[in-house]
Amino acid sequence: MHAALLEIADDCLVLGHRLSEWCGHAPMLEEDLALPNMALDLIGTARVLYDHAGTLEGQGRGENDLAYFRGERDFVNCLLVERPNGDFAQTMLRQLYFAAFMEPYWRAAMDSTDPVVAGAAGKAVKEVAYHVRHAGEWVIRLGDGTEESARRMRRAVDALHRYTGELFESSPAAAAAEAAGMLPKRAEMRGDWDRVIGMVFAEAGLDLPQDAYMQTGGRQGIHSEGLGHMLADMQSVARAHPGAVW
Amino acid sequence: MSDLARRAFQVAAQVPDPEIPVLTLEDLGILRGVDEAEGKAIVRLSPTYSGCPATAAIELSVASALEEAGIPARIDRVLSPPWTTDWITEAGRAKLTAYGIAPPVSGGKATLFGEAPDVPCPRCGATQTERVSEFGSTPCKAHWRCRACGEPFDYFKCI
Repeated sequence: MHAALLEIADDCLVLGHRLSEWCGHAPMLEEDLALPNMALDLIGTARVLYDHAGTLEGQGRGENDLAYFRGERDFVNCLLVERPNGDFAQTMLRQLYFAAFMEPYWRAAMDSTDPVVAGAAGKAVKEVAYHVRHAGEWVIRLGDGTEESARRMRRAVDALHRYTGELFESSPAAAAAEAAGMLPKRAEMRGDWDRVIGMVFAEAGLDLPQDAYMQTGGRQGIHSEGLGHMLADMQSVARAHPGAVW
Repeated sequence: MSDLARRAFQVAAQVPDPEIPVLTLEDLGILRGVDEAEGKAIVRLSPTYSGCPATAAIELSVASALEEAGIPARIDRVLSPPWTTDWITEAGRAKLTAYGIAPPVSGGKATLFGEAPDVPCPRCGATQTERVSEFGSTPCKAHWRCRACGEPFDYFKCI
């Protein structure tokens, strides 16, 4: 069961790290606080899941081993979360796509047969509601903003929409955890996700791509180029000083 | 509750929150209880936000306060049921306001994604306030501004 938890933990850690890359670079002070705040929520959730996955695996691996000492091919996050930040429009759309999936997912996971998953879900569902709202408001503001902001938002849709299909697919590990009642069925989030994304896109004046090609592979460890660079950056200190404590 | 557990509760309850030191852990509602097992006090604490950096600092402060009091103890982190701002006590809410942080408000104006709260200014009490950003200096706070007295202030987010 630990493999299914790693998928969600990796999603949260990778997106959390991506958001943290904005720290000190955001277009305004409020966003410089908002983006790392969302990163903290995601990394906090990832820590609980890594810790639990390590316990279930029973090989003595802890959160740090799982976060810092696995290579790119061992990461099983979905492709959406590893996409580079791009511009602010792209970061906000990526956040909306992910959070609009995770909000109903965590809500359903509160009924998990696994009390740690249910506990993590109960916390995360309240935090991710803020992420949906924050990212949704920005997608509307930019999509329905100036000619330039609308152009950037359309470009973000072109760049990212193809990675949304993977959110709804369950790997064999996830399917087993779903059958055991440990995790919610990913495909069942479709209705809620479509409703939120449809509502935001309508307000933002954006067209929802129809029958778009969907790129997948993250759950099998087949990633885009960006993830390796990100991990090299994220893991370098831990790997240079293995076992360091402070 | 055993005598050891009761003493441990009293010590842990008075530990201040590291970010908002006017609040004790009891005011904040994160001290979930104390039991005794194998001669030790088992102190149950709930984190506020999943990634709140204060979580580890709070656990450390409780552990050292108990050690100073000579009480053998273990700290257990409890995720479920999840902490909610509804657990902040009335005394805690009053202390927050006096400190300049508006306490959490539930309900308010309907917005596209739910409800936006009507938050009175903690300094002048006026309700002509506006949200500057939903995220503030710590995970639990949002950044607001009062249009009556002109002061910016923190709002303790409702979760």
